Amino acid sequence: MAREEISTGNELCSMAAIDAGAMFFSGYPITPSSEVMHVASDLLPEVGGKFIQMEDEIGGICAALGASMTGVKSYTATSGPGISLKAEQIGLGFIAEIPLVIVNVMRGGPSTGLPTRVSQADIGQAQYPTHGDFASITLCAGSLTECYTQTVRAFNLAEKYMTPVFILLDETIGHMHGKAIIPDLAEVKASIVNRATFDGAPADYKPYDVPMNKPAVLNPMFKGYKYHITGLHHGHEGFPTEDAVQCEFNIERLVGKINTVAAENDGLDDLPDYEEYMLDDAEVCIIAYGSIGLGAYEAVNKLREQGIKAGMFRPILLWPSPAKRLVEIGAKFKDKIFITELNMGQYSKEIERVIKRNDFTTLLKANGRPIAPAEMVAKVKEMM
Amino acid sequence: MAFNYDKYLRVNKMPTLWCWGCGDGVILKATIRAIDKMGWDMNNVCVVSGIGCSGRFSSYIDCNTVHTTHGRTIAYATGIKLANPHINVIVVAGDGDSLAIGGNHTIHGCRRNINLNFILINNFIYGLTNSQISPTTPQGMWCVSAQNGNIDPTFNASNLAIGAGASFVARESMIDPKKLEKILVKSFEHKGFSFVEVLSNCHINLGRKNKMASAMENLNWIDSITVGKKKWDTLPEDEQLNLLPTGVLRQVEQPEYTDMYEEVIKAAQGKRGKITQADFVKKI
Repeated sequence: MAREEISTGNELCSMAAIDAGAMFFSGYPITPSSEVMHVASDLLPEVGGKFIQMEDEIGGICAALGASMTGVKSYTATSGPGISLKAEQIGLGFIAEIPLVIVNVMRGGPSTGLPTRVSQADIGQAQYPTHGDFASITLCAGSLTECYTQTVRAFNLAEKYMTPVFILLDETIGHMHGKAIIPDLAEVKASIVNRATFDGAPADYKPYDVPMNKPAVLNPMFKGYKYHITGLHHGHEGFPTEDAVQCEFNIERLVGKINTVAAENDGLDDLPDYEEYMLDDAEVCIIAYGSIGLGAYEAVNKLREQGIKAGMFRPILLWPSPAKRLVEIGAKFKDKIFITELNMGQYSKEIERVIKRNDFTTLLKANGRPIAPAEMVAKVKEMM
Repeated sequence: MAFNYDKYLRVNKMPTLWCWGCGDGVILKATIRAIDKMGWDMNNVCVVSGIGCSGRFSSYIDCNTVHTTHGRTIAYATGIKLANPHINVIVVAGDGDSLAIGGNHTIHGCRRNINLNFILINNFIYGLTNSQISPTTPQGMWCVSAQNGNIDPTFNASNLAIGAGASFVARESMIDPKKLEKILVKSFEHKGFSFVEVLSNCHINLGRKNKMASAMENLNWIDSITVGKKKWDTLPEDEQLNLLPTGVLRQVEQPEYTDMYEEVIKAAQGKRGKITQADFVKKI
């Protein structure tokens, strides 16, 4: 069963958050993400949830992290400059293992950049938003439907892996208005993942006493399990430590619980990490994501009309990247790979890292304008 | 019978990391005694601290505790409290934490009037990082980041809180722990944002560089710059300038934020009309 919603990407994102069980939003206004906040302000109190507009971007994420620490599913939304300001708190989320969904509706940067124009230049920021070692989970919505479905997924991944999760929209997807086919509410509710809890004796509870590559087990607060949360390196009980063996274990576990697990299991859950369009018989592979993926569908169709067998690979889980499939694509298409993105090649660099070659063709744009299908078609024709 | 602090402490974390003679331990004890007076169930208490010497405060009290980032205590605590209005939240931060890097959250916590119990430990210095000037370091004192003497004008923290609209503002030093305990009980009893500025010593990193190298000398200086509010009110302006009044400086009843938010929920659920200006006494 599915539902039809006529809405925008930003609004669908907030609707999904509440359907996924979010009961808390805090944030600060910023173009082009503010509608995520507007919908939260409207819908959260309807379900008894809490919404607060904080005094700045930093406060916006602090309050959300604070609420989540107590066991309440929380989210915040912003754009690139806001992520820059939130960076230190995102780090606390990583090291203290606090689930949080962070929506970034991307605009042109750096600095104030191009506030009302589209960009995909926060891909790298999503991978390494803050200082220190950690691994990031980043999803990228490529349609109105995915603004909804990938937000639900972001909440589930945050709870499963006990970590902040980024859901990236770009300005085009965020402000696009149209019909979205979204899953039935019962189906969404059935898919919900809640963080694991410890139900033994409080005296035996050690929230961070978990094996390598496993997430911490943080019980909801105020239920008899009294423990400590800190942004410092900590031991099994959550209290600060500088023990070298413990610190090394902590970092290896923080990175491993996402990167190693994703590599071993070919992803972080059972949902598709990428979409392929007419790729089976293709002789050239277009790689695009977010709103640029929408243009790439059309480019594939136009190229096929002109006798060029094109296909598309569109990553949805950007970090950790779908490396196994990318390697296969690299081997199959050799130099007939065409990467197009709205930045100076941030994901092209990841593909180069994974396939260990750079003989692909790129079409990059970082001036706040989208990439038209005709531009992609022209570039692919040059390759053939 | 002697007061049993162990019931409230994580005794396996003792001794504290604080220097010998530090006021933070006195404030910790006064806080615990005030919690005891309130009769709070420690399962329903959350202590939130920031960065600096006072940041360790949270790790010593046996309840759900959060050691946050520099300056952000009130913002984290706002999320904790709004999501759990029935919980008693105590926030502890130093002068650098809450007046410099976190000043914005402090003033907006005061403005919002969310029921947090905020304890500002003002020791007039960045102690943990070895004596840099804070917004409350007196002009003319010497610190490692003011090698030729401090010229930066100081914040009057409690006045800032009053200006920002905190509904309970008090100042006390830790020299008389019983007085401090009473003030803390009053602040815990108050519904709304309560701001308690506790003057404390850092003889190690402020005192040694400013001719008060022992805890006693540092405390004598604090004693010399404080006077009860009643007496302060009677003093001529030029004398008031160099004395900080102690006691409850402001206490008013104002709508508390989580209570007001319940009205938002009712409005959203159709159990009352939308919130309008008519709901508020103060219109501008």
